[in-house]
Amino acid sequence: MSDLNSFRNETRDWLEANCPESMRTPMSQGDVVWGGRKVEFKDPDQKVWMDRMGERGWTCPTWPKEYGGGGLNFEENKVLQEELMRIKARPALNSFGIWMLGPALLEYGTEEQKLKHIPKIVKGEIRWCQGYSEPGSGSDLASLKTKAEDQGEQYLINGQKVWTSYADECDMIFTLVRTGPLEPKHEGISFLLIDMDQEGVTTKPIKLISGKSPFCETFFDNATAPKENLVGGLNKGWSVAKRLLQFERNMIAGMGFGSASSGSSKKSDAKPTSGLATMAKRYVGEKEDKLDDSGLRNKIIDHDMNSQAFALTLRRAAEESKKSNQGPSAASSIFKYYGTENNKLRYEIMLEAMGTKALGWDGAEFGPEELAITREWLRTKANSIEGGTSEVQLNVISKRVLELPQ
Amino acid sequence: MSLVLNEEQSYLKDTARDFAKNKTPVSHFRGVRDSENPECFDREIWKEMANLGWSGILIPEEYGGSDFGVAGIGVIFEELGRTLTPSPMFSTAVVCASLIKEAGNEDQKKEYLTKIASGDVTLAFALEESSRHSPTNLETVAKKDGDSYIVNGEKTFVLDGGFADFLIIAADSGKGTSLFIANKDTKGIDIKATPMVDSRNSANITFNDLKLSSSDLIGEENGSDQIIEEVLDISRSVISAEMFGGIQEAFDVTLNYLKERDQFGSKIGSFQALQHRAAIMFSEIELCKSCVLESLTSFDEGSNDIPRLASLAKAKIGEVFHLVSNEAVQMHGGIGVTDEYDIGFYLKRARVAEQIFGNVQFHKDRYAELTGY
Repeated sequence: MSDLNSFRNETRDWLEANCPESMRTPMSQGDVVWGGRKVEFKDPDQKVWMDRMGERGWTCPTWPKEYGGGGLNFEENKVLQEELMRIKARPALNSFGIWMLGPALLEYGTEEQKLKHIPKIVKGEIRWCQGYSEPGSGSDLASLKTKAEDQGEQYLINGQKVWTSYADECDMIFTLVRTGPLEPKHEGISFLLIDMDQEGVTTKPIKLISGKSPFCETFFDNATAPKENLVGGLNKGWSVAKRLLQFERNMIAGMGFGSASSGSSKKSDAKPTSGLATMAKRYVGEKEDKLDDSGLRNKIIDHDMNSQAFALTLRRAAEESKKSNQGPSAASSIFKYYGTENNKLRYEIMLEAMGTKALGWDGAEFGPEELAITREWLRTKANSIEGGTSEVQLNVISKRVLELPQ
Repeated sequence: MSLVLNEEQSYLKDTARDFAKNKTPVSHFRGVRDSENPECFDREIWKEMANLGWSGILIPEEYGGSDFGVAGIGVIFEELGRTLTPSPMFSTAVVCASLIKEAGNEDQKKEYLTKIASGDVTLAFALEESSRHSPTNLETVAKKDGDSYIVNGEKTFVLDGGFADFLIIAADSGKGTSLFIANKDTKGIDIKATPMVDSRNSANITFNDLKLSSSDLIGEENGSDQIIEEVLDISRSVISAEMFGGIQEAFDVTLNYLKERDQFGSKIGSFQALQHRAAIMFSEIELCKSCVLESLTSFDEGSNDIPRLASLAKAKIGEVFHLVSNEAVQMHGGIGVTDEYDIGFYLKRARVAEQIFGNVQFHKDRYAELTGY
């Protein structure tokens, strides 16, 4: 315990000395630092903060030190997160490398691959995107057709990926490619890392219903990748992909939970409040302390209760897996499905509360927060599609957890 | 609050699971029902439960109990709920034991708690007065008359009221609610059993100039509103645990049926229309589990959010028991609506248990009020 206390003191001192003041202020979505060769910092302090945290390995606190990670254990990481929260520090670096590729490489990568790629993820030097879906392969991902042909020293890649997040701003892409055209569909897929900085790779943004373009189409036209970039073995990419999808689903579920949790904060002495109800009262008014729209009130109650129940379930799953020291508990299979459906509902309720104020597209007659909610409402529609649709999640629960027959 | 059980609680749960499996499987409940025993439970079984110490779990050691806490008794109820075990344990050892523990004087505790712990006495709480839970603004009145009280009024849905040796009566005494304890045979008490759809015991009870003495008063005159609220929350949490047991069993039985039943040349569990509904139920059940555990442990760990967590649990579990019991019958098809098959018991129990100390909407409303809207 005294070790943990001294770790806390050291951490606190280090953060005090190294986290720039401007990085302790609230941030908007545009302030997220993703790193990479093409990164543009809105504020030089962002770079300072990213570099210092990256140097210490604290952008990936629990990853092993030999690959540039922080090497912290569970308890130390908890202390670090608490101390970061205490000073309201912004995340120094976000990336798909941190959330998805890194954990997969740590499990499936060769020593060379780990040494080559993981430190650059930690330091934010390379920004990764994910190339899974194809125009003809959505929920049925394993039917993918982008092929990688063996040319001795390297692979020759031809095909098209879609829904590649931020591909136009990324340096490298981790892809699923077909290397065994004659094998059964799951057994002819490999996991391949491809440098996007080459002529054979082009990207084209996709404009979404929200008006934004977080996704691209990515085209491979005689692109190449060295043989050493194959992860997990030839035709063994499906296992890597499945594992990585778990990381992705947890991340997406977590995002939904993050916004929903404000609906039922429970600080030790603070009176519980509901973010949705507070907001709805502003638009709808109240009568004797109750929201003056009983139908809407009931929807908010359902949502707040479910959000709290879901937050408790996330915590229970963490406690269970810590106690049993096994993998994720059965409860974790519901996270992606429930978190995203719940988040979609949250925005529908906001729309109902705000009426026409939530239906503006542009201009100064609407508040910036209102416009942001409109766009985010549209964005949430993809939550239950990306990373495996809700229907695919229910299939997974039916087959893997409930063991219902095929 | 802790969301995983400690060793003591796990042990109690395992013991209860064995007991329910061996002594009170659903066939036991069916047998009691078919025997038309008006008490709706088996006294031998109740004696065994008391001998295991279960009736004394909420009772301090000095009165013969074990003081293992709300989570301790909750996990036992979860297992008993799985097999619909009928017993007077809820009214006697949870509701009334808590009322006496919180409000009673030393003499009353010695007298009643000791006998509850040993299983020698049963009690029922006469609170409700209408077809929906309404613990305030009681119409039953207790008028002071010298050193005595004269009680008049009508109570309904008194759980175990048909046979319990003693009644704890909630009455308006002018400036608040008072609690009294009375032997069921006292003059002025008229008990009418109300056979319910779940084949458990409850009663309508009328008080006609029931004369009680000041020594029958539990707690302060006019001073029991807060204590009633606190005990109701304990009771809501524990009944939620029982209901959660019922949810799990109804779901497990249905899941097995989906894996066994052949139609159109396949197991019906291979049909996606049923798989997705099963998966959605599974998700809801996982949420229920967290709500029940958080509520049960909130009492023992001294949370400042006890009422809200109790309402969260009772509302969420009520809603999901409703869903799962309906789906369980539907997925069983024709045999689901036969008396010969057990699954219909869960449908019946779900609806009655939902009404105990506040239905889904009551607790949703309360949750919102406690959250400031």
